[in-house]
Amino acid sequence: MMKDTKKRNIICTAILAVIVLALIYFANNYLDAYIVRILNLCAIYTIIGLSMNLINGFTGLFSLGQAGFMAIGAYTVAIFTLPLDMRSTIFYMEPMNPAIAGIHLSFVPALLLGGVIAGVAAFLIGAPVLRLRGDYLAIATLGFSEIIRILLTNLQSVTNGPLGINKIPDNANNMWWSFGVAIVILILTALLINSSYGRAFKAIREDDIAAEAMGINLFKHKVMSFVVGGFFAGVGGGLYASLLGTVDPKQFYFTLTYNFLLIIVLGGMGSISGTVIASFIVTCGLELLRTFDEPLTVAGYEVSLFRPGFSMVIFSLLLMIIVLFYSKGLMGRTELTWDRIFRFFEKRRSKKSPKSTEGGGTK
Amino acid sequence: MTLELFLQNLANGIAVGSLYALIAVGYTMVYGILRLINFAHGDIFMMAAYFTFFGVAVFHLPWYFACIFVVVLTAGLGMLIERVAYRPLRDAPKDSVLVSAIGVSFLLENLATYIFSGKPKAFPDFLGLMSTISLGTVSLQKVALVVPLVLVVCMSILLFVTNKTKLGMAMRAVSKDYEIARVMGININLVIAATFGIGSGLAAVGVILWGMKYPQVSPLMGVMPGLKCFIAAVIGGIGNIKGAVLGGFILGLIEVMLVAFFQPLTGYRDAFAFILLILILLVKPTGLIGEKTTEKV
Repeated sequence: MMKDTKKRNIICTAILAVIVLALIYFANNYLDAYIVRILNLCAIYTIIGLSMNLINGFTGLFSLGQAGFMAIGAYTVAIFTLPLDMRSTIFYMEPMNPAIAGIHLSFVPALLLGGVIAGVAAFLIGAPVLRLRGDYLAIATLGFSEIIRILLTNLQSVTNGPLGINKIPDNANNMWWSFGVAIVILILTALLINSSYGRAFKAIREDDIAAEAMGINLFKHKVMSFVVGGFFAGVGGGLYASLLGTVDPKQFYFTLTYNFLLIIVLGGMGSISGTVIASFIVTCGLELLRTFDEPLTVAGYEVSLFRPGFSMVIFSLLLMIIVLFYSKGLMGRTELTWDRIFRFFEKRRSKKSPKSTEGGGTK
Repeated sequence: MTLELFLQNLANGIAVGSLYALIAVGYTMVYGILRLINFAHGDIFMMAAYFTFFGVAVFHLPWYFACIFVVVLTAGLGMLIERVAYRPLRDAPKDSVLVSAIGVSFLLENLATYIFSGKPKAFPDFLGLMSTISLGTVSLQKVALVVPLVLVVCMSILLFVTNKTKLGMAMRAVSKDYEIARVMGININLVIAATFGIGSGLAAVGVILWGMKYPQVSPLMGVMPGLKCFIAAVIGGIGNIKGAVLGGFILGLIEVMLVAFFQPLTGYRDAFAFILLILILLVKPTGLIGEKTTEKV
């Protein structure tokens, strides 16, 4: 019996993998650029949503620094992948610092470097502030992401200041990159969460004083979760920069973090599959909501409700509604596993239990 | 550095500091009672700026009437937010409440952008408080002289309310432990709503004076003051009214002085507050004159 379900799960996973690969191949070659771009954005939001869920959902550290880590990754990719001959035209206000002016990296090393620098930054901020709790930690990490943004605005010779860097070589606009990295990070997160470290993270989330009493090294595990989350967010930020083709400090205002907060709250704080589902819903939803920003004319009358800014009002209202009425999110702390899906369908078929929707996270 | 320059910056620092203090007091009261960062406080402040703009520049209300109108309306807004976004989550995990606070802040910013458009508007100058006068070698806006006075008056009223009245006693009880306060028969919903009303009213008083110094109204204007005043409250010891005033002055003075003495740091002005916050949290997490709280398992 046990063996049968295990075999079934492996087969299902294999089939799913083939389907996903086929879909990526199809989308990459046959869909139009706009849709590919949105799908890429979905994958990138998945990466950063996972990194934030690792810190906030699984370890229970309420951090609002994701935009800062993203910015570090994004700027690293922007600075080092920019072709050498184009640098003087972009850095025209103040030439690039000679220490980095001659360094050019290809995409993958730049992406990894971005992740590593973000991870180091996460360590530097995490080591002192992670003993704070709850809202103090939230405001300290938020402050940290603002400090990063202020540094990016002022270090003219490295980041080109408020003008930002444009014409970043377009590497991530290929779906294999964004989805490939997203899948790798998804697997890494799942492995981490199910390891002994992951169990320590969850213990800290439940009650850090009790966890410490049980012999869990709080500092080590909190910093580890924070650094790994920072690394992932840095990689996600690098992909983001490459996808958009341009970075400037204004993009990384701390309200950017709220997008990921919505994703992890909607998906469920502490659910990997919830994060993936919510990333797609939120990213596509934001794109769909954009139609509300266009003026709408019904039978000759212009509906005055529809004007720029309306989509963001709806977006923030949705966040409020989810928090107030649906605070567990789509998945709560559970994962969408094959066992769960099959059980869901079996219950449906037998129709014995009236609570047949329990646990079926695909609704 | 000449003496005149020092005095000038000292005066500027005190003016900025007392503004921070005024808003930080509202912050600290709400935090003291709910143990929650009211992320929306800065945005309530921003809405109050729009109320002032509409009251004075659009509807041309007389100044005393406009002030009352703005304070009452803002207090009402604060109580409404508490009713809709915080009260339903009173027994929920703290993270949910924090997310709800962030959601309210985001909603207010987006609503303001949608309704009033993102274009900044000029804050109306009433009573000529924006004009400058010179005292010896120091030149100051008139409003800079009014702010400390208003601060003293508000502080005195507030200390009287919290220390001498029945409502104040209930507030202190709720801030110690609201479960017990509830059991003891205190109507905690009423007390918390009143605290939000007072805190938001103080934000409204703050914005009327703030607008004289920084005469621009825009949907994101509350973000930085909101964060800085929170930081001021933490520096002094959050939940403590005198601490908030102390923190406000420290933050205002340090900011003005650092920028005045080290010109190249001008671009980093907004970063000081955060660095100061992180330092304070590390060295003395309870703030300069805050009470020590014990961790409960």
